Amino acid sequence: MAALEEFRSETRAWLEENCPASMREPESEATMIGGGKRQQYDDPNAKLWLDRMAERGWTAPMWPAEYGGGGLSKQEFMVLQDELIRVNARTPISGMGFSMIGPTLLDYGTEEQKREHLPKIISGELRWCQGYSEPNAGSDLASLQTKCEDKGDHFLVNGQKIWTSGAQYADWIFTLVRTEPQAPKHEGISFVLIDMDQPGVTVKPIKLISGNSPFCETFFDDARCEKYNLVGQLNRGWTVGKRLLQHERSSISGLNSGGRRGRYDNIGTLPEVAKQYVGLSQGKIADPVLRNAVTSNVMNQQAFSLTQKRAMEESEEGSTPTFATSLFKYYGSEIGKERLEIQLKAQGTQSLGWEGDMFSDNEKTLTRTWLRSKAGTIAGGSSEVQLNIIAKRVLGLPD
Amino acid sequence: MPLVLNEEQSMLKDAAKDFCTNNTPITQMRKLRDEQSTDGFDRDTWRQMVDLGWAGITIPEDFGGLGFGYMGLGVVMEECGRTLTCSPLLATAVAASAIVHGGSDDQKAGLLPQVAAGELLLALALEETPHHAPYGATASVEGSGDNVKVTGAKKFVLDGHVADKLVVVARSSGAAGDRDGLSLVLVDRDAAGVTVTRTIMADSRNAANIEFASAEGVLIGDAGKGADTLDQVLDTGRILLSAEMLGGLQECFERTIEYLKVREQFGVPIGSFQALKHRAAQMFCEVELSKSVVLEALSALDDASEDSAELASLAKARLNDTYNLVSSEGVQMHGGIGMTDEYEIGFFMKRSRVCEHTFGNSAFHRNRYGELQGY
Repeated sequence: MAALEEFRSETRAWLEENCPASMREPESEATMIGGGKRQQYDDPNAKLWLDRMAERGWTAPMWPAEYGGGGLSKQEFMVLQDELIRVNARTPISGMGFSMIGPTLLDYGTEEQKREHLPKIISGELRWCQGYSEPNAGSDLASLQTKCEDKGDHFLVNGQKIWTSGAQYADWIFTLVRTEPQAPKHEGISFVLIDMDQPGVTVKPIKLISGNSPFCETFFDDARCEKYNLVGQLNRGWTVGKRLLQHERSSISGLNSGGRRGRYDNIGTLPEVAKQYVGLSQGKIADPVLRNAVTSNVMNQQAFSLTQKRAMEESEEGSTPTFATSLFKYYGSEIGKERLEIQLKAQGTQSLGWEGDMFSDNEKTLTRTWLRSKAGTIAGGSSEVQLNIIAKRVLGLPD
Repeated sequence: MPLVLNEEQSMLKDAAKDFCTNNTPITQMRKLRDEQSTDGFDRDTWRQMVDLGWAGITIPEDFGGLGFGYMGLGVVMEECGRTLTCSPLLATAVAASAIVHGGSDDQKAGLLPQVAAGELLLALALEETPHHAPYGATASVEGSGDNVKVTGAKKFVLDGHVADKLVVVARSSGAAGDRDGLSLVLVDRDAAGVTVTRTIMADSRNAANIEFASAEGVLIGDAGKGADTLDQVLDTGRILLSAEMLGGLQECFERTIEYLKVREQFGVPIGSFQALKHRAAQMFCEVELSKSVVLEALSALDDASEDSAELASLAKARLNDTYNLVSSEGVQMHGGIGMTDEYEIGFFMKRSRVCEHTFGNSAFHRNRYGELQGY
């Protein structure tokens, strides 16, 4: 305990000195840093903050120090989180390198792969994206058809991926490909890492209902993949791919951050917003039906956060509990979606502004956030897929 | 506040599970019901529970208890909930907390060792209407100190017909709804002017309506200043009952999942149908969240945390809703057999609804949670 308290005071002192003032302002989607060669740093402090954190390995606090990670224990990690929250520090960098491929390489990667890729994720030098879904392989992911042929000294990849979030900013893509077309569908899949900086890879953003283009189509036309970038065994990529999905699902549900960071910092909390737009009557949100919905959502959110905390405490290593990851993905995305529906009701017509001066920035952000939230229960395995997984893997119900 | 049990608590839970499975299975509750037991619980079984120390788990060591805390009693309540155990454990612990929190040194020294020894059963006489109303008392109390008289009518007093003493919520001043003016009065059940009528409820557990006509009693704490203690007592009750409900709903859920695996229709187990799988998986999520809120709330009681009130409402609202859901789905997914008295699944539904209306339904607790948070 004494060592932990010493770690806390050292961390506190370091953060006081090294977290720039502008990095203690509230963060929004626009201020989020994902790293990589295309990242623009509008505020130079964002780069400074990233570099300082990366140097200590604290962009990936629990990854082993030998690959540039922080090497922190679970307890130290939780102390670091506490202290970051205490100074209101922004997340220096986030993305699929940290939440998905990094943890998966730690589980399944070769020593060479770890030494090659992990340090560049930690420093923010390279950004990653995910090549999973295809136009004809959504919930039925294992029916994917992107072809990967053995050309002796390398692989040749041809096909199309879709919903590749952030592909337009990414430098590398981790991809599920078909290496054995004749085998049963789960047994002919491999997991490979592809450098996107080559003529055979083309990215096309898809405009979504929110008006933004966070998702893309990614095309492979004779794209080259080095053999040492096969993760796990040939034709055994489904196992690796499923493990990555567990990491993805805990990330979507906020499990990795212990659920402590508000994802909706810039649109206010439900109770605040309801008070502001609907007003109070005898100290209570004036519309009793809305008030009940707000209270119910806030209470479910608290119960959910406590369950995240319990899962952390129950899991040995503390990073990604395999314990019912689907629960967190399902429940977290559903209550997040519900929260935004309730906020629309609270803000009325001021919740649906699209552009122009008649709506505040927060109001316009809400509109887009609301639309964006609909992806939460689709991406990374839809809610229905999560319920299938719980029924089968956790409850043991028959096929 | 940790959300996992320590070793001692785990051992207590295992011991409680053993005891309840072997000594108080649901068949005991059925037998007590069918034989129209006057007490509504089995005195020999109660003596065994007392021998295990359960009556004194939350009583401080200075007063003959184990001082093992609410987390300890919570895990016992959870196991009792699984087998729908009939016992005066909850009602006595809740009413005893009035003495722990509000009693004089003499009252504690005189009464608490008897509670821990299982010799003194207590009950809280609060409600006067069909809905939970902490400050709704119209029953009046006159006089001061050790010589007061209570007049009024109370409903739904848990274990009221077997309790040796009653902790009565009565009013020294003010009107129904006022927090000021409430007093807690300790009255012997067999005192002159006390009329107890047992009420037979759907869950086959004990409750009573009690009338007081100038019944003599003694004050717990100061006249008219009982509301703070009452709040603590009620939060204790809400959280302990939530722990019992957690046990009941888990048992009900597990039995239902098992049934989905073995019951065949159309030549396949009905659990292979996605319509049922998805509902089962959704229930699983609610059950997991329920475990977390109960653990957090029990921890808060042990830490005397200022979040106890908020967490009591969080836990009770969630456990009300989840037990309701799981027990209703339990009956539905069992189909026709779920409607029979012979099959036990329906007992969970009956118990869930009585629990739901004890110490506040979900609407009450959502409203209270909002008030505590300032909206």
